[in-house]
Amino acid sequence: MEKLKPTLKNMTLVLVGVAVVVGFILAYVNHVTEGPIAEKAKATLAQGIKDVMKVDGIQVTKEDTVKTNVDGKDLTYIVHETSDKSGKPVGAAVESTTTGFGGDLKVLVGFDHDGKITGYTILESSETPGLGAKAEKWFQSTADGGKGGKSCVIGLSPKDGELKVSKDGGQVDAITASTITSRAFLKAINEAYAAYCKQNTDGTSGASKQENKKG
Amino acid sequence: MGKLVVSLSPHAHGTDTVERNMFGVVIALIPALLVSFLYFGLGSVVVCLTSVAACMFFEWAISKYMLSQEPSLTDGSAIVTGLLLGMNLPSNLPLWIIIIGALVAIGVGKMSFGGLGHNPFNPALVGRCFLLVSFPAQMTSWPLIGQLGKYSDAVTGATPLSIMKTAIKTNDPSVLNSVPDALHLLLGNNPTGGAGTIGEVCALALILGLCFMLWRKIITWHIPVAIIATVFVFSGLLHLANPVYANPLTVILSGGLMLGAIFMATDYVTSPMTHKGQIIYGVCIGFLTVVIRNWGSYPEGMSFAILIMNGFTPLINYYVKPKRFGEVPAKK
Amino acid sequence: MSNYKIFINGLIKENPTFVLFLGMCPTLATTTSAINGLSMGLATMAVLICTNFVISCIRKLVPDMVHIPVYIVVIAGFVTVLQMFMSAYAPDSINKALGIYIPLIVVNCIILGRAESFACKNTPVASAFDGLGIGLGFALALTLLGCVREFLGAGSIFGIHILPEVTNVLLFVLPPGAFLTLGYLVAIFNKVRGNDK
Repeated sequence: MEKLKPTLKNMTLVLVGVAVVVGFILAYVNHVTEGPIAEKAKATLAQGIKDVMKVDGIQVTKEDTVKTNVDGKDLTYIVHETSDKSGKPVGAAVESTTTGFGGDLKVLVGFDHDGKITGYTILESSETPGLGAKAEKWFQSTADGGKGGKSCVIGLSPKDGELKVSKDGGQVDAITASTITSRAFLKAINEAYAAYCKQNTDGTSGASKQENKKG
Repeated sequence: MGKLVVSLSPHAHGTDTVERNMFGVVIALIPALLVSFLYFGLGSVVVCLTSVAACMFFEWAISKYMLSQEPSLTDGSAIVTGLLLGMNLPSNLPLWIIIIGALVAIGVGKMSFGGLGHNPFNPALVGRCFLLVSFPAQMTSWPLIGQLGKYSDAVTGATPLSIMKTAIKTNDPSVLNSVPDALHLLLGNNPTGGAGTIGEVCALALILGLCFMLWRKIITWHIPVAIIATVFVFSGLLHLANPVYANPLTVILSGGLMLGAIFMATDYVTSPMTHKGQIIYGVCIGFLTVVIRNWGSYPEGMSFAILIMNGFTPLINYYVKPKRFGEVPAKK
Repeated sequence: MSNYKIFINGLIKENPTFVLFLGMCPTLATTTSAINGLSMGLATMAVLICTNFVISCIRKLVPDMVHIPVYIVVIAGFVTVLQMFMSAYAPDSINKALGIYIPLIVVNCIILGRAESFACKNTPVASAFDGLGIGLGFALALTLLGCVREFLGAGSIFGIHILPEVTNVLLFVLPPGAFLTLGYLVAIFNKVRGNDK
């Protein structure tokens, strides 16, 4: 077969033809994958919330956005209130953002009723690898803490006073050579707790029972 | 009777050789080295010895077994690289990290490019930056001075530069009060804020080295003076504009600035050839250092600034050429 | 040239990473671990086989003056399909690590390069084999690079820890480590391959 002659008609036909065929294929694939993609995004967040709350069969009962203004900077916190299988509220997972050493540090931190920290996960960070980036594990366990093992924040409660690194007279050991990241991390937790409290006082005006159904 | 050899010019040699210059640099480093032994004791001796020995070993092994060249150990350049690398490290660094640093300095920084004279970047700085990026925790915990008998178990503290960085990050000029004053930085004997690399604690000893090298005409004044003056002026302007930026006098006396400006930036192979080029090079290093120190993520920017400008050296050499004898500028 | 020869040619003699130096951006950016390198390599290979085959099928139908736009539309189509499938079914960690580099396969010069230099002159089956060889060469190179970087930088290979954490040379999982490792791997590859030019 000879190659098609490059006449205007042929070129237009080929281009339009290829574009139409590809367009149809893409539309079809998009249709097929749309569902799974959306489901997966939801599952990821749900998994994150489950991980920080450390409770089985958890469900999100209410999602709230709390906005505050600190030092002229608008800060947004997303509070996911949760309950266990029987619908009993167990606390909330809060997304909170602060400025770390290398940029924004976004954490998802879980609080139970009493304001105790149940767990956390770092959603977004641009900290130095090997230093600040250690935050992902550092504050979860006492094993990494080395001296005295005071690096774990799980089980502590910002209610008893703001969390601070031991260098600033606080109760948590900072990551070795990354005090700034550690401060930012604890600040994120303190602010998340503040947002959680604020949301509780604003939102519990009688509507708490009905909210459960939405989950 | 020897044979009469007729060779190409030059027929008369000066006494200037690689060996003479390299051992001149070693002599110039002696004051700083002695001061570091005095302040850091055992740790400093162990780190420097390991670094020099490892650099010489890798120089010998690589040139013999991988490049099949005549090993060039005797020219002293491996000793200088080893000493400078050692003086850029904290005195409590584990031995195996120092050996990796020496391997990178000699193997990657120098031999990969074909040995002495072919390396575009200062080998000791390549080694140091490699370690700084690779082992940030070990490379940024600095033992305080005065713990003579201790090595890996020495108590660590903040360097003046990390205090300055904290002041900028927290936007709180009162943090700067814990930076040692200029006299302490010059002598390096401040027991609370005197931490730093082995070679950088005492600015005075480094300046002595500079005087020796200037007297022996191993280097000229252009690069060190351009760097120090630029840093002084630029950080002075910042200090005037906003007091969270430290006093320019403490800025030039702290950290690796003196060590870098005097011993690292002046490396023959990696710096421009003409005096005009050297001044451009020095000003750029000074500028970059202040930028990295104040706004970068590492507290010290000297070594990165020198490496960056090493990369620009061929360009500077290309554009800043000395006028040829008898040359008439071309008319436009 | 037999299909086997075409395959071997792509794998070794014209290895896109170590010999042709094509597609350096994903090579350097995604090889922070062996699994990331392997995923990126396989994704590129899948696209390359499909585009080579399809472009070879339609090579006679496409007038010369519009061949580049047509090829790009075909390539972009396949890459978008791949991207949708990956974000729907691939594990999150891989999606996150590869991120922007999946859509960027569209402009990967290996794909258009093979379409231009091979698929538009050869039969569909031969083109598919060329895609397989080149793609596999790319995937193996990326996996090797990923293995070395992960081993030196994180002390593990495919996530299996071998060395204790203290010996991790962080530089190797950072961008400069990619250049350094690639440089030395190319040197070794050339040494092993010999100077048979």
